[in-house]
Amino acid sequence: MDRVPILKIGSVLLVSIQVDLQDQTVLALQEDLADRIVRTGARGVVIDITAVDIVDSFIGRMFATIASMSKLMDAETVVVGMRPAVAITLVELGLSLGGVRTALDLEKGMRLLGAPVPGVS
Amino acid sequence: MSGGAGGEGRIAALLGSREEAVLDRWTALVAENVRGRLTERELRAELTELYGLLARVHDDADGTVRGELRAALAEMSRSRARQGFSPSETAVGVFAVKQAVLEAVEESGDTEAYREFARFSAFVDDLGLVTFETYAAEREQVIADQAEQLLELSTPVVKLWDGILGVPLVGTLDSARTQIVMESLLQMLVETGSEHAVIDITGVPAVDTEVAQHLLKTVMAARLMGTDCVISGIRPQIAQTIVGLGIEFGDIVTKATLADALAYALDRSGVSVVKAV
Repeated sequence: MDRVPILKIGSVLLVSIQVDLQDQTVLALQEDLADRIVRTGARGVVIDITAVDIVDSFIGRMFATIASMSKLMDAETVVVGMRPAVAITLVELGLSLGGVRTALDLEKGMRLLGAPVPGVS
Repeated sequence: MSGGAGGEGRIAALLGSREEAVLDRWTALVAENVRGRLTERELRAELTELYGLLARVHDDADGTVRGELRAALAEMSRSRARQGFSPSETAVGVFAVKQAVLEAVEESGDTEAYREFARFSAFVDDLGLVTFETYAAEREQVIADQAEQLLELSTPVVKLWDGILGVPLVGTLDSARTQIVMESLLQMLVETGSEHAVIDITGVPAVDTEVAQHLLKTVMAARLMGTDCVISGIRPQIAQTIVGLGIEFGDIVTKATLADALAYALDRSGVSVVKAV
């Protein structure tokens, strides 16, 4: 089974999803992420879904779950890089991802969390 | 026509022998109806082709001439529909041949031909219906094409400022249009990396629960991609309707005019506009 890597940049954890998401992968990611937040004391989580072009309700719920989980551990979640087709699908599924912040791309997401963006003043 | 049964040849013979006279009369009758929108020559060419087929229908064993005749009629009514002729003007083009043939029969004074004329008449009526059907189908097509063009025309997404998109909506919002608006807005968001969008509904004549639902969906989808939407152009009557219907826009920012919405978006993106002096 593929595991989604979790990268640490300063006080932010970056999860870039590059593989097809299976339900098992998603569950493993949730566990790993919770673990890493506690271990690193991260203040923010950025989930980059630029490469994701298919979502279902399970994955849609994952974002909300991760967001509320992180919130409990005092880390804010930002979902970045959602594609138009994915956004339309989620809206049609009735998932508005309340409580999850979103940004157009990784750079804007990092800035939203107040994390320093390299090379940009 | 009635097929090649015995004693059936009289009308066919008449059509053959009196071609010039009947064709002239037919052309004259139709020309009266189209009143100069088709030139005499065009009309003549069209009718000559039909006449040729009509005269040959009699010895048509396997139905090919009949097929050709229908195709030619369909082609004629299609072009009439495109040129904006009315359905009766189109159908009369066919029915007039009865008048022309009847006059020829009268002149010949052949009683046997009269009897045959009844069947010929029924056959022409049938052809008239073909033109009518084609005409209606063609008009439907024209309407469908126009609706599609309207859809494309009426959903532009414009860039108002660096990082601010505008969506001026004009006309009634239905699911099909919402879908297109949503798609083009989201696509533009990705292309321009805008963080703010203003949806202006000044041109939307009425807002009911369905339209509001569509607007909410669009705003939600934009929000999922990280863009804040402002809805502007809410006229007094519209505000009253929205409150009357109990529609909740939740935490979506709404403004009365596009100018207010732009000012708000500029403010949010940290741009301040000041007069030069």
